[in-house]
Amino acid sequence: MIRVADVSMRFGRARALDGVSLEVARGEAVALWGANGAGKTTLIRCVLGLLRYTGCVEVAGLDARAHGKRVRKLIGYVPQEIGFFDDMRVGESIRFFARLKAAPFDDVERELDRVGLAGHGRKRVRELSGGMKQRLALAVALLGDPPVLVLDEVTASLDALGRDGFVHLLERLSGEGRTMLFSSHRVDEVTTLAHRVVTMDLGKIIGMCAGSEFDPSTRRAGRPSPASPAMEHSR
Amino acid sequence: MSVAAPIIDRTAFIEFTARPPSALANIRTVTLRELRDAVCSRWFALYTLAFLGLGLAVSSVSAAAAGGVGLAGFGRTTAGLLNLVLLIVPLIALGAGAGAVASDRERGMLPYLLSQPIARWELLLGKYLGLLFAIVACVLLGLGGCAGILAWRGEATSPSGIVGLALLSVALAASMLSVGVLISVFARRASVAVGSSIFAWLVLVFGTDLGLMAGTIAFKLRIETLLLLAIANPLQVFKMWSLSTIDASLDVLGPVGLYAQDTIGDRLPWLFGAILLAWVVVPLAIAMIGFSRRSPV
Repeated sequence: MIRVADVSMRFGRARALDGVSLEVARGEAVALWGANGAGKTTLIRCVLGLLRYTGCVEVAGLDARAHGKRVRKLIGYVPQEIGFFDDMRVGESIRFFARLKAAPFDDVERELDRVGLAGHGRKRVRELSGGMKQRLALAVALLGDPPVLVLDEVTASLDALGRDGFVHLLERLSGEGRTMLFSSHRVDEVTTLAHRVVTMDLGKIIGMCAGSEFDPSTRRAGRPSPASPAMEHSR
Repeated sequence: MSVAAPIIDRTAFIEFTARPPSALANIRTVTLRELRDAVCSRWFALYTLAFLGLGLAVSSVSAAAAGGVGLAGFGRTTAGLLNLVLLIVPLIALGAGAGAVASDRERGMLPYLLSQPIARWELLLGKYLGLLFAIVACVLLGLGGCAGILAWRGEATSPSGIVGLALLSVALAASMLSVGVLISVFARRASVAVGSSIFAWLVLVFGTDLGLMAGTIAFKLRIETLLLLAIANPLQVFKMWSLSTIDASLDVLGPVGLYAQDTIGDRLPWLFGAILLAWVVVPLAIAMIGFSRRSPV
């Protein structure tokens, strides 16, 4: 469903991505794991066509550069930092993004109910808590039922209870057969949601393993243990 | 008898689900949002009230000075309003344009908007049109309010003169908004964009006039050079065009106005129109190219 082939990207002199290649199958949930600055967010932004890169990114066989709008129509994206129009009401935000996505929808409350925000449609976005904003972003991402979800450290700013609820919600969405590419710093999230974990460091993929085999002891270093038999180094 | 399983054309399915909204639909969505945002904001109410209040003050003073009657009095009033438009409309348009992209970038809104199925040029054009409609509403409310109150007080008004001034004000606003959006696209921070737009306003409103006067004295500029330098500034073009519609002659501008009338004659409105159109299209086109190449992050 997602194919990233030999993608490189620079911020000035700094190389943010260095020949990254990755494939995510239809219905698969792949976690991007790595320390801050490893290149996870940059890779996600390249998939969305937000940054200029060399190499090739395809979603459902469509080139992300040549068919940016069509590719983004297939992707529901929840960023790490939510940037909504604070003065808008929650319901207005849903309607605005539904129009941008050309997503057929008839009931704002139903969309909000899907992510546990029922009854908040009349509130201004600035009145929502961080966790509620994340849920709103997820509701926006799910408009039009996109086959791919791309999530960038979406639980980083949530408290323990909010995080559990959010992960449970994502687990349900993944179970519905959606393809998921997400970055996270939390082992419990990765082991719960991911079928496969891709470890990045300094803009490169340095390891891959099945989600169930992900070794929590690598957590401290932010990179996979070289001794782990599950790790197979990417090219 | 075997029943054939339905064949699902996967490519056709993806084609269907990946069909993004049309460019027109996206531009409309962003335009309406930007317009709503602008109308609900304080700057819109503030500028409209300021425009209306100053317009009424200028009109009253001009009408009183002209004895308050006759179309000559109206010409004076329009000239007063023209000077007000020359100061306020560029300030509103440059300021609004400067905030168009830079503030969204600073708030982290830009990458999120661009992660939706919308092309960058669609987003920028939608923002431009939304802000333009808001400024047009502000100008029309201001000028319309002035004209309405003057008519109610029984002072001279010329509907065609007011409409002409309003249309030219809209053209001026469109060109200044383009410049503001251009500044916004290339500014790294919202504060830099606003500062640059105020600097641009100072240069266009005051700097060019003073520069031309100084240049004429210091370099003994030839009259055709002076005309070329004057019409390079959209504010001067607006002023000359407005005066020619009020008075049908540019002799109030001195030798340069007379020279323009003698050499270009009936083609002056076309020249003025082309220059203002270029000030709308060229900065906006450069802004779109820059916006499509710059990282939104």
